[in-house]
Amino acid sequence: MTDTSSSPSPSAGGTGSDARPGATPTKRGLFSQLELDARLLGMVGAFVLVCIAFNVVTGGQFLTPRNIFNLTIQTVSVAIMATGMVFVIVTRHIDLSVGSLLATCSAVMAMTQTLVTPEWLGLGLNHPLTAPITIVVGIAAGLLIGAFHGWLVGYLSIPAFIVTLGGLLVWRNVAWYLTNGQTIGPLDSTFLKLGGIGGTLGETWSWIVGIIAVLATLFALWQARRAKIAHDFPVKPVWAEVLMGVVFTGMILAFVAILNAYQVPSRRLERAFEAQGLTMPEGYTAGYGMPISVLVLIAVAVVMTLIARRTRLGRYIFATGGNPDAAELSGINTRLLTVKVFAIMGVLCALAGMVASARLSFHSNDIGTLDELRVIAAAVIGGTALSGGIGTIYGAILGALIMQSLQSGMAMVGVDAPLQNIVVGAVLVFAVLIDIIYRKRLGAK
Amino acid sequence: MADNIDRSGTPLVEMRDICVSFGGIHAVDHVSVDLYPGEVVGLLGHNGAGKSTLIKVLSGAYQADSGDIYVDGERATIANPRDARKYNIETIYQTLALADNLDASSNLFLGREITTPLGFVNDAAMEAETRKIMGRLNPNFRKFADPVSALSGGQRQSVAIARAVYFNARILIMDEPTAALGPQETKMVAELIQELRKDGIGIFLISHDIHDVMDLCDRVSVMKNGELVGTELVGDVTDDDILGMIILGKKPARAA
Ligand SMILES: Nc1ncnc2c1ncn2[C@@H]1O[C@H](COP(=O)(O)OP(=O)(O)O)[C@@H](O)[C@H]1O
Ligand SMILES: [Mg+2]
Repeated sequence: MTDTSSSPSPSAGGTGSDARPGATPTKRGLFSQLELDARLLGMVGAFVLVCIAFNVVTGGQFLTPRNIFNLTIQTVSVAIMATGMVFVIVTRHIDLSVGSLLATCSAVMAMTQTLVTPEWLGLGLNHPLTAPITIVVGIAAGLLIGAFHGWLVGYLSIPAFIVTLGGLLVWRNVAWYLTNGQTIGPLDSTFLKLGGIGGTLGETWSWIVGIIAVLATLFALWQARRAKIAHDFPVKPVWAEVLMGVVFTGMILAFVAILNAYQVPSRRLERAFEAQGLTMPEGYTAGYGMPISVLVLIAVAVVMTLIARRTRLGRYIFATGGNPDAAELSGINTRLLTVKVFAIMGVLCALAGMVASARLSFHSNDIGTLDELRVIAAAVIGGTALSGGIGTIYGAILGALIMQSLQSGMAMVGVDAPLQNIVVGAVLVFAVLIDIIYRKRLGAK
Repeated sequence: MADNIDRSGTPLVEMRDICVSFGGIHAVDHVSVDLYPGEVVGLLGHNGAGKSTLIKVLSGAYQADSGDIYVDGERATIANPRDARKYNIETIYQTLALADNLDASSNLFLGREITTPLGFVNDAAMEAETRKIMGRLNPNFRKFADPVSALSGGQRQSVAIARAVYFNARILIMDEPTAALGPQETKMVAELIQELRKDGIGIFLISHDIHDVMDLCDRVSVMKNGELVGTELVGDVTDDDILGMIILGKKPARAA
């Protein structure tokens, strides 16, 4: 995904490689030659500022490998759902039920792995099939519930706000009944690996994943350029292309290096060796590396971006958001589209529930509480327009990261929980204000 | 307009006895119109006469309460815009029906994207096609990379026209295609209509500008309050006759 426009077309929103009739040719700025959009730069800038500020205030505690690792795994569940919320908001709907839906999916998965597979299916505890069965069941639950919401919205024309407001209450309490209001644990040992610190790739595999990511990124850049040249479209100067490649490569490898730098405590390593009947060699160290939950997020991000930019489904989602009548007149079945959008949201809630419960290592009644607000905030801070038609997947993930950084940073600094929420709420409103001003400027130009 | 249209065969499209009502309003009340290959039929009438509603039945946007549509003499079922497209019926809507957030080529191919063998949308190919057709229709058009919200009224209209023309329309519906255009662009649309009719395409041209219609059309059908006042050969009537039909709903008195 090489372009940074806020619309799904590869070219839309680009900073104009075509000469505009009537415009006097001016020397183009660095950013426009790189074809980066100002909104993305603004978000990245805000994120960097937040990180640096907290790092200074905490005396260097914020940007340690340990904290970055924790920040990453804390962000995953909200970020996964935020990518789906982009589609929901782009089609001019809203989903207030995602936190509750996460809880129901989590409850379904908790009961599947602690009751259904070990006892009803007689597989016992920690059977290798438990995790796959659990995940399939959880995703199916999310898919069905999401599709049901979409059907109510699309075919029965009940406003999404109402359907999902009802869903917020319904699914929170369906989860309660599924578990009789009890905390369910311990969860399956394989399943737990999907949550965070309990399941990481280790240093070697993290590097391998990092290198694959670099190659994929460079390939995507090259492929995009080749497609443009093949059709005689204007392309960026080679130096700009190379610079982008270098920046992306650097960011990916730095991220892997940081995650690898977070050392597993030596006591824990010792126990791991002992469990295999070995003694730990003197001076042995190991880094955690890439959490599996982050891999899940990356996979979700790639798939969702592909859907948004490279599939008809994505094209129709954005077209419908931009002009529902036009979409309908173009033969798009906007009702079915609504079902699909909410079904995708449901699947992502299930994945988020999987990551969240695995990270906690149990299912609890209040899992995902208030997540709907975090998810909507992440999507909106990430540039998704509530008026529909505009939004990006990477923006929503960045939005989730900014929100989580704020929250974690304030917790580290010792800000009271109530004040944390006040700040986060204010930031959300402020971010939208900035966005409105930015869009007005663009429109006026 | 020299009338050399052969109307002895089956019409390209025939709408018979169409009725559409919204609540209590009879927006279209037992209206029949037809169209022959290479012919331009004007639909005239005041705002609210029912012109847009009538043609939206043909383009699949609305369902008629009663009445039939025949394409090439055979009954056609047009339940939605997709069906209409199958009969090569293309429409330029009065509202243009563009998704403002998408660029020209995404709009042009909306619902009919070119895809790669893997099933992904092929934006490069679509943009190349868009450049080709726009080069023909509006050679000054350059804004391929911008969302159509950034385009002028005339440019937006040319995108909507390109979309209707690109997919080999046999029946073209133009609902006030020149409403947003300046004199220069209006002339271009007039030339385009002449070009298309030479290819045997039948065109319904909706307008409330009598002069447009008298210049471009072979026949005119006039509507008032949802009803068809009458259909006349342009060569047989004067501007005043047509005005009388529009305003008074009266058919012109035949001179001998
Ligand atoms: N979707 C609709 N719902 C209700 N009434 C409609 C709708 N579309 C058109 N009408 C009504 O039908 C009548 C004919 O409208 P229209 O076909 O748009 O006229 P025209 O195109 O000739 O100006 C008007 O009275 C209009 O208010
Ligand atoms: Mg009209």
